[in-house]
Amino acid sequence: MAPVLRSLLSHGAVRFGAGVLAVLLMIAALSPWLGTVDPAAMDSAHINTGAGSVGEFALLDGRTVAHTFWMGADNFGRDIYSRVLYGTRISLLVGVCTALVALSVGGVLGMLAGYFRAMDAVLMRVMDGLMAIPAILLAIALVAALGAQVWTVVVAIAIPEIPRVTRLVRSLVLTLREEPFVEAAKALATPTPVILMRHILPNAMAPLIVQGTFIAASAVLTEAILSFLGLGLPADIPTWGNIMAEGRVQFTQYPGNVLFPALFLVPTVLAINLLGDGLRDVLDPKFAKRGGA
Amino acid sequence: MLRFLMQRLLALVPVLFTVAVIVFLILRLTPGDPAAVIAGNNATNEDIDRIREQLGLTKPVITQFMIWLGHVMQGDLGYSFYLNRPVTELIAQRIEPTMSLAAGTMVLAVLIAVPLGTIAAWRMGGWLDHLLSGFAVAGFSVPVFVIGYVLIYIFAVELQWLPVQGYRRLFGASSQGVGPWAMQLVLPWCSLATIYVALIARVTRASVSEALTEDYIRTARAKGLTERMVLLRHALANAAVPIVTVVGIGVALLIGGVVVTETVYAIPGLGSLTVDAVLNRDFPVIQGVVLFFSVLYVLINLLVDLSYLWLDPRIRY
Repeated sequence: MAPVLRSLLSHGAVRFGAGVLAVLLMIAALSPWLGTVDPAAMDSAHINTGAGSVGEFALLDGRTVAHTFWMGADNFGRDIYSRVLYGTRISLLVGVCTALVALSVGGVLGMLAGYFRAMDAVLMRVMDGLMAIPAILLAIALVAALGAQVWTVVVAIAIPEIPRVTRLVRSLVLTLREEPFVEAAKALATPTPVILMRHILPNAMAPLIVQGTFIAASAVLTEAILSFLGLGLPADIPTWGNIMAEGRVQFTQYPGNVLFPALFLVPTVLAINLLGDGLRDVLDPKFAKRGGA
Repeated sequence: MLRFLMQRLLALVPVLFTVAVIVFLILRLTPGDPAAVIAGNNATNEDIDRIREQLGLTKPVITQFMIWLGHVMQGDLGYSFYLNRPVTELIAQRIEPTMSLAAGTMVLAVLIAVPLGTIAAWRMGGWLDHLLSGFAVAGFSVPVFVIGYVLIYIFAVELQWLPVQGYRRLFGASSQGVGPWAMQLVLPWCSLATIYVALIARVTRASVSEALTEDYIRTARAKGLTERMVLLRHALANAAVPIVTVVGIGVALLIGGVVVTETVYAIPGLGSLTVDAVLNRDFPVIQGVVLFFSVLYVLINLLVDLSYLWLDPRIRY
């Protein structure tokens, strides 16, 4: 483990990606103490206040606090800086949860398809069908059907990602099941679930981690897209996509409402993608050599 | 050739059938009674019963599916609950803007990405190569609506070179010709092309650089061909199959991007039809659009498969 960790730490993309993510995690955890106010509080005295202005903010309970509007306020008088900082929480949560859901469901299905011939044909035809539906469109349709809450958004974004994970795990299992150590385990009458969990899964971990990172990046993007279209989480929850969706109407006068959340969204996705590229280089050199499709 | 085509068409049947099952099941995923959901909050019990009858929800699920599939096979995608019009008619009305946006983006992206990727592979490690690999990572990290708004801000608000939003028809009575149509679409095309260029250019670079290591390239250079001929006739021609493949796969990305781009630029196409349908919980329209785009995507990739025969004479089916 130690040499892997060392080569990870010396990889530029991994260091940059992990560094940016660490900062974002701190922002998400510490957002109440970073000079923010309640992200839902509306102060009618500050409707469309410009970025950088200093003033008093009237809180919901009637108290007023001195406050700097780093990114201005929106057309309801809500502080954009506070909303963007709190929005970090939703983006990171959706990114991580989606990756975990897609990896675990796709992982189980892929192992079943790769190990049990009988299930292979049916499962893979279902996956072919899922892959024929453009991902964002499928996510939109699923959100429409399930309603918009955090868990339904996670499920809606994860389902279109499952076929790719299933295919990856299936192909790994198909090669791994021919390995001598699996044959040895079979000869010792090891139960099939134990073979799958103890012998095959650990050897499939590296490509799965890499794949999971890329899924997290695209999940953050997709969540922002769904919210931006007005189909994601309810508008009262501050997410980057929701802030941009609300800023859309008066974009030409107040472009900041759309552009400030983007200043957080783009580096977040970039950092996760770079982390994924780096992890792939270090953990899964064969995949990197194939060009990583 | 004909046998190959028949085989490929037959192979599409299970895929399209699964798509149909998934699209059908989407409405059934809705928690609670779909009829009550569709009827909305102000509906009376009679309204709900009428909708239930209309949808055939009183019959067993398998029967419902077979009836629905039978209608779909005959080109009947049902009626919009909200707009009270046939879904096929709604889709037909919205096709022109969406196709203008998507086809234009595809042409633009290929025209930029293929030369870019080829030159990057030719001068590997050069400044263009580095620029391209940076652009490829960035292209996948910047969502299309952010690019769209930045472009609107620079070219429509600050410089005022191009219109902010909207769409002008190319065909029909209200058409003002190609000029206004194209002017309206310049910014949407550029916004949507970014991610597509990143995707195609990256694959072009990998594919061309692999072809450039082959013996026939050395032979072509040795017999005194110009670098241009070496690149175009030998390297690019042999790298064509992966490039065409990624153009086909990228259509899925393009379709997702169309939905977002139409919202940013207020283009009345299939994307905005979808968004409105979701906001109104207009399930027949959602199902119709998802089916339409999926079939389109599958058919485009069938064309990609067929093009291999022409692009690579070694491939014989």
